[in-house]
Amino acid sequence: MIRVLVPSGALGLNYDKAALQTALDMNPDVIAIDGGSTDSGPAYLGQGVSKYSRQSTKVEWAGLMQARAQLNVPLIIGSAGTCGSDSAVNWMLEITKEIAGELGQKLKIAVLRSQQKAPDLVAAYNEGRIQPLPHAPEIDAQTFAQCSNIVALAGAEQISAALNTGADIIIAGRTTDTAIISALPLMKNCHAGAAWHGAKIGECGALCATNPQSGVIIVDFDNHGFSVTPTAKSSSATPQTVSAHMLYENSDPYILHEPGGYLDVSNALYQALDERSVRVTGSKWVPQPPYTLKLEGARICGYQSVSFALLRERRYVNNASQWAADVKRKCAEKVIERLAVSTSEFDIQLRLIGHSASFGELETRKNHDSVELGILAIVTANTQQLANEIAKILNPYLLHHPLTKAEEQPTFAFPFSPAEIERGAIYEFCLNHVLVVEYPMQAFSLEVTTCG
Amino acid sequence: MAELGKIVKKVRSKNAGPFWLTIDIFCNSKSDYQHICSHLKTQQIAAVFSLDITTIKRFNIASLNVVKFSFPRPFVQGSIHDPDMHGASWAALLAEVEIDDLAGGN
Repeated sequence: MIRVLVPSGALGLNYDKAALQTALDMNPDVIAIDGGSTDSGPAYLGQGVSKYSRQSTKVEWAGLMQARAQLNVPLIIGSAGTCGSDSAVNWMLEITKEIAGELGQKLKIAVLRSQQKAPDLVAAYNEGRIQPLPHAPEIDAQTFAQCSNIVALAGAEQISAALNTGADIIIAGRTTDTAIISALPLMKNCHAGAAWHGAKIGECGALCATNPQSGVIIVDFDNHGFSVTPTAKSSSATPQTVSAHMLYENSDPYILHEPGGYLDVSNALYQALDERSVRVTGSKWVPQPPYTLKLEGARICGYQSVSFALLRERRYVNNASQWAADVKRKCAEKVIERLAVSTSEFDIQLRLIGHSASFGELETRKNHDSVELGILAIVTANTQQLANEIAKILNPYLLHHPLTKAEEQPTFAFPFSPAEIERGAIYEFCLNHVLVVEYPMQAFSLEVTTCG
Repeated sequence: MAELGKIVKKVRSKNAGPFWLTIDIFCNSKSDYQHICSHLKTQQIAAVFSLDITTIKRFNIASLNVVKFSFPRPFVQGSIHDPDMHGASWAALLAEVEIDDLAGGN
């Protein structure tokens, strides 16, 4: 049997210290935690930075490094620094060394890098080794060099290679959420379907149980299935909470694609072991050659400047759509006239908060009364200078534009001075593709370093 | 008629990667689940989100009393017109869809 401790859904989300100690007392074989996701948008990958506070990351990681030292088992972080780029991996390595120095720990650290080089991907593209997933954006050979960062999602094989170095700590770049949990059970010949299914159930920590905030869970893997137990006193896993986790952030609740194949849980059986634990059997792993790696890439798609204003006067609130459309049209005309640019070089959005900012044209309740409306004005252009100029041309309209020519000039509320907030470069995800490789480590590098 | 959100336990939406959105409708009981299965049409989802119906994946999951829909995000995550990075607010739009109420379709 292999026992995996998952402290929480992501480093930076915190974990219950008492629940962590309870889990450590159960003598896990490995501690595995996810460090990232695409869920907060393309800027983190585009900039190669972490979403979470450095100090929160350090405090939580120090707690896990002490836990690891207590048991002398490997500690793995996957998708380090949110996006798993080389810069994010280096950031995590620097934090790790800093903590090791403060705690006086001597460590062997394996660093698995997932960052891809554009020329390698251009070659793969020209060889037909980059293939689109459903609803992928159009790409060409130039797309790769346009990205500031591209990562490939490592699977269990690459994490296994890192574990085989005998490292105390593994800092991995982008990985699938599941690979850091499934790797050791697969290396020890546990049931492959159970290894991947248990990893999927465990990847968000206690989100598969009744008290998601508590974080810590234990997943036990063997030759037939797996069982999951949250260790906080307030939390319990039930067949309902565990099976429902297959729905979460999955477009298909039965199938999960991973490097080398897919998990099929159509015939999985979820049984309560006791009041807190659930046993799962019947999950199936289906190997599917060729071996593929999912790619994520982000590139700059413009620069933004935003402003915020408020409408409170009843007549303006009630006619806000018409007012906003008029402001946008007049501003665009002046931009074209004064800056000698074409309509394709800029984009002006006025999102009416309290009216239709969530769903835009799809909103079905636009006619409900609001006390006031927020105007979130977003200017996007090809350069920051142009975005700033357009936002400044927009300002007099946001401040004074009347509904009709016949009325006295109104003045609207601005909470900030200066009125414009420079947002800098804006990134977009531009890959939803897989890379076909001949062997798992082809797109990755592994190095071992020591500290202390 | 009744709002979907008022006759089920929960309507939840979330990103399934940057390019897909997934919505889970959790029903209170087996009979409610069967009612939702037969009265909530995939065509309604297409209309609410302005989608080509052939892009929608539907899963009626009896073991969980859940009806799940997955489809390409209305805006790609983080693209300049995307209003919701995490995709969680879209559930509210579906929760307000009117369907025949549980008492029996009048």
